Amino acid sequence: MPWALRAARAGPHRLGSMSETTAAKGSLNGHSTNGRMHDEEPAAPRASGASLPGRLARAVAGAVQSRIPVADLDERDPDYIRESLPRLWLLASLYFRGEVRGLGNIPEYGPVLLVGNHSGGNVTPDTHVFTLAFSAYFGVERRFHQLAHNLVLSMPGLGMLRKYGTVAASHSNAHKALESGAALLVYPGGDYEVHRPVWESGHVDFGGRKGFIRLALDHDVPIVPVVAIGGQETSLFLSRGEHLAKLLQLDKLFRLKVLPISLAIPWGLNVGDMMGHWPLPAKITIEVLPPINLREEFGPEPDHQEVYDHLMRLMQETLDALAAERRLPVLG
Amino acid sequence: MRVAAQIDVSAPREVVWDWITDPARQLHFLSGVTRWEVCGDQQRGCGARYRMLMRVGSAEVGGLVEVVEFDEPGDMAWTSVTGLDQRGRWRLREVGPGRTHVEFRLSYGVAGSGLFGWISEQVAAPTVNGHLRRSLQQLKRSVEHDQLRRAAAERRGARASA
Repeated sequence: MPWALRAARAGPHRLGSMSETTAAKGSLNGHSTNGRMHDEEPAAPRASGASLPGRLARAVAGAVQSRIPVADLDERDPDYIRESLPRLWLLASLYFRGEVRGLGNIPEYGPVLLVGNHSGGNVTPDTHVFTLAFSAYFGVERRFHQLAHNLVLSMPGLGMLRKYGTVAASHSNAHKALESGAALLVYPGGDYEVHRPVWESGHVDFGGRKGFIRLALDHDVPIVPVVAIGGQETSLFLSRGEHLAKLLQLDKLFRLKVLPISLAIPWGLNVGDMMGHWPLPAKITIEVLPPINLREEFGPEPDHQEVYDHLMRLMQETLDALAAERRLPVLG
Repeated sequence: MRVAAQIDVSAPREVVWDWITDPARQLHFLSGVTRWEVCGDQQRGCGARYRMLMRVGSAEVGGLVEVVEFDEPGDMAWTSVTGLDQRGRWRLREVGPGRTHVEFRLSYGVAGSGLFGWISEQVAAPTVNGHLRRSLQQLKRSVEHDQLRRAAAERRGARASA
């Protein structure tokens, strides 16, 4: 079935792409891995050694970063999104049996920061299901942007991601999106959360990243928590491989904190998940919670840690409730 | 894709017409519809606009629709302004004293979506068809119960005055 093949080819990249925000680690964290904000596209990494492997790695990193498109919010193409909605609907409805609740909690108009937990490795069905639900509910006319990991946006053949409104994760892009009045979807946990081992699948884990709180305060926009379950059942995730990533200096070269290890179709042992994988048809359930107006609820100068703790508690309780509804893994 | 359903209701056509054109009552009998709200000042009639959504599969689909035909008390048709391409029609015909034949038609699709669009229309058809059939059953039940309540109230009033 050609549609299935196309979906399978497009799925991992597109979804993975949206997966992330945190590349942005540096960005939405409020601090960067090398001590500076990624206000614009990052400069080429510093030399990590004069050896041949070091030079090769730098060359690859440079090539990757040169491919990262400059953010242009106008590249979002509502007609393209509209015409692709039936394809997304088929995949979300038949394969993932997606269910999205509480979309009415998202303010009808104006900029809003959607903050979600993230699952599924580089193939993130929760993003897929949510993008469909949001676009169908509010119409493709409403501006909707997602932040994605640089690596995903730089992959060949993924130009269509920008038509969906996906931009590289950075402070600059996040600010531009909110200034344009768009709804902005971020996953603060990003690559750290999305590759968590399967026995931690019931945990919301942003890895302490709080940059999104500053972003919401800077623009005085409400935060709308988006809690999803099911994505981490699409493969058998074993380890984030943080030590391996550090050993290979991936954090310096590609802003990658992890080199995940999983058992996945069709690779078997899957290290890195760079090529994506064929996700198991896990049921995806997403619940959108009421908006949090930070200054109304936490005073004129909210304490970031207090906001963070509150949000984590809220999202974890919701995830626990969603988990309690599930009777079987994958089947839901 | 075009789907349709029909039913006979034991009530005068004007009464049924009042139900189907009242935006405040839509959520009482429309199955699968999660939102039906008036956009603008006009509540009903040609040119009235509504934002409607119907749950089908993983999404709530619909958008802004505008009434383009309002032939009281027989036909009301609407077409989409934004969102999913759709055209809907209520068609009421008298089939006897105090009985009305009600037909509910809906065509939908996404122009330009190609093969996937066609497949998704076919896959969604049973669900949409089910929503239409249940909507008509709920409309019949609501209208007929309302008729019975009114008749009972009139009888009580007549007895009280006698």
